[in-house]
Amino acid sequence: MEMPTPNSAVLARKARVVERLKAVLAADAVIHDLAQTRAYECDALTAYRCAPMVVVLPASTEEVSAVLRICHEESVPVVPRGSGTSLAGGALPTADCVVLGVARMNDVIETDYDNRFIRVQTGRTNLSVTGAVEEDGFFYAPDPSSQLACAIAGNIAMNSGGAHCLKYGVTTNNLMGVKMVMMDGEIVQIGGSYLDAGGLDLLGVICGSEGQLGVVTEATLRILHKPEGARPVLMGFDDSEVAGACVTDIIKAGVLPVAIEFMDRPCIEATEAFAKAGYPMCEALLIVEVEGSDAEIDHQLELIMDIARRHHPVELRQSRSAEESAAIWLGRKSAFGAMGQINDYMCLDGTIPVSSLPHVLRRIGEMSEEFGLKVGNVFHAGDGNMHPLILFDANKPGDLELCEAFGAEILKLCVEVGGCLTGEHGVGIEKRDLMHVQYSVTDLEAQMAVKDVFDPQWLLNPAKVFPLDVSDARRHVPDAAA
Amino acid sequence: MHHPQTEDELAEIIRSSDGPLAIRGGGTRGMGCSGVGLSMAAVSGITLYEPGAMTVVARAGTPVAEIEEVLGQENQRLAFEPMDHRVLLGTQGTPTIGGVFAANISGPRRISVGAARDFLLGVRYVDGAGQIVKNGGRVMKNVTGYDLVKLMSGAFGTLGVLSEVSFKVLPRPETDATLILHGLEDEAAVAALARALGSPFEVSAAAHDPATRETMLRIEGFTDSVRYRTGALQALLGGETSIESEGAARWRRWRDLEGFAMVDEDVWRVSCKPSAAPELAARSGARAVRYDWAGGLIWLRTPAGHDLRAALGEYDGHATVVRGNVRPVFEPEAVGVARITAGLRARFDPRGLLNAGLMS
Repeated sequence: MEMPTPNSAVLARKARVVERLKAVLAADAVIHDLAQTRAYECDALTAYRCAPMVVVLPASTEEVSAVLRICHEESVPVVPRGSGTSLAGGALPTADCVVLGVARMNDVIETDYDNRFIRVQTGRTNLSVTGAVEEDGFFYAPDPSSQLACAIAGNIAMNSGGAHCLKYGVTTNNLMGVKMVMMDGEIVQIGGSYLDAGGLDLLGVICGSEGQLGVVTEATLRILHKPEGARPVLMGFDDSEVAGACVTDIIKAGVLPVAIEFMDRPCIEATEAFAKAGYPMCEALLIVEVEGSDAEIDHQLELIMDIARRHHPVELRQSRSAEESAAIWLGRKSAFGAMGQINDYMCLDGTIPVSSLPHVLRRIGEMSEEFGLKVGNVFHAGDGNMHPLILFDANKPGDLELCEAFGAEILKLCVEVGGCLTGEHGVGIEKRDLMHVQYSVTDLEAQMAVKDVFDPQWLLNPAKVFPLDVSDARRHVPDAAA
Repeated sequence: MHHPQTEDELAEIIRSSDGPLAIRGGGTRGMGCSGVGLSMAAVSGITLYEPGAMTVVARAGTPVAEIEEVLGQENQRLAFEPMDHRVLLGTQGTPTIGGVFAANISGPRRISVGAARDFLLGVRYVDGAGQIVKNGGRVMKNVTGYDLVKLMSGAFGTLGVLSEVSFKVLPRPETDATLILHGLEDEAAVAALARALGSPFEVSAAAHDPATRETMLRIEGFTDSVRYRTGALQALLGGETSIESEGAARWRRWRDLEGFAMVDEDVWRVSCKPSAAPELAARSGARAVRYDWAGGLIWLRTPAGHDLRAALGEYDGHATVVRGNVRPVFEPEAVGVARITAGLRARFDPRGLLNAGLMS
């Protein structure tokens, strides 16, 4: 993956930039020694690494504002960083950038159960938002797999999803307001404790903008009361096409599960070897979870199992207790780890219309043969968000490139059938140069016009999201500080 | 009045325009913008409906009624329950799906399932320079590039004229019930609605009508589940209650604000923190008040020309004129935000053609 050549004029100003940053931050909040900046050289897309010029860890919105004002005056690119769990390289630094980490800003500012929101600093982790309200019976719904570690800042930047978004939506559907610092240091408040924008829906475009429009320091998030209970049913099929049809029938029947998860044979085999969850060996496995009181759950599961029976499952296992639920989820939750035991893997994130599921799975199988790389499929079937895991050997020359080429073909297929390149991980650098597949230059120009307005000099996370050739002219604005 | 038949014709009209265009879907909202009329009514028709994927793609001028009918055949619906403005505003015409999404119109169910903007998956639009742009798609999870879909929803056509929308729909529930608490004052009513929404018993609408002192909670789903949750909420909230089944007509009248229709007064909608609503309503100087979204949305009927914003003062939220001649229609923005929106308008509609002056 190509990254732009570091700007030597910026690198030449390092000492001055460091001095200025030290003047506005605590002594330990400015990191500029290579031995230490290296800790920030990558996010969860570990194939790409580059130590930044400087790392800053501000402790307040005002400090973020001071940092950005300096970087703006010095024309230094800034890469915002939540917890660094991006699978798309969203927080990958460049050698000439300041990484702005929000990890020290993790307070709960306000909890309001009457109005069902919580206001937090964005360095707070996703799971600890729920942690702050769960004793009172509430939770924050979006639940990305990395929720133990990932920060709300990154969730907002990537518009993160999770397993339960079929019912509760993704980050953008649960975000009510932000306090954001613009690249020139100005602090703006957008949205708040009320619903919907009074003017343009800026909140909607900020969410998912991958840290390119501003640095969000505070967020007002919708919280909900927990359901009385939740239980899944596990079903196995000897044909993934049949499993796909079963998903469609469940949705058409008017039952709205909170989650429908899908695993294919390679994934089931890997998980069984790893986690021994007792899954049936079959072509496709579905986990369907519903919520409510015990009686409500039983009723919905009965309806779902009736539909499943019409598709002749090889296994149908209804959970009747918390222990049985945990056993059913065990394999799914360890699927990524299990695949990682076999080899290095690349996790894709394309979304397809649910109706195209059988066709896409068949094509992926064929391509797997052509490329000679194994693929396991595990994904959120209810909303068509696929996560093909392509296995490769990072130590084998050429294997990463082969894997990336294979991944690109799968994503092109997703777009071809009416889907998109990324459902919840974001574009980052990983899918940046594939944006042409989904969008015309006119479409991309419209998006880049938004960045032009928020960040005219293209200093915030500049080499991400848009293909480098398309954003080239914008990223080379005259160096104001030179 | 321009009547484009296709997206290409729409683009050509905008490209060759040298003055403001007043965009209309079905014309039921009567936004009153100056300029040459541009009706999207002929750019119409459902192009794709996949019940198993709960998604629809339709041209912007497609009547909402046509979509509801097609969805009904598969036992699905537009879950965000868009208001029909005809009764309140005394307008003719037929609401279009493009108009609904351009104005982000959501009804009582907004508190449980989200707003129109939350259901909008993809758009095609023509910007002020006459360029055809697409954003989003027709799948439920999509973070590919910036979400201009949200930006277009609620922009009232000022950033671009929608030509096609794709959106998510939901199954119709088996049944519904309305639990009515009687005789509550505003403060007590909003507190009761908060308790209901803070329970696990999933409520799909929560409203209070001070005129009748009825505090209404709608419960939807499978029959046994509705019975169970209605009973649980009744036990939780106590007081004098009654239960109605088949509330479609009641909620349609409520959604469309029928009670505010025949009076020659202004109508405002205020979005606020729910618990702040009774106090805001009290100081508003309104002649009549209705609380929806558990208090998060207040409908206010005021004497014609009354400056509601001055009466409300500072609060977390915003007020919009829905009927009446008070200007601006939309809440003025804080300086920093106003600068961003002005910048976006300059880029998306550089000649200031589209519903000029409506939002700025």
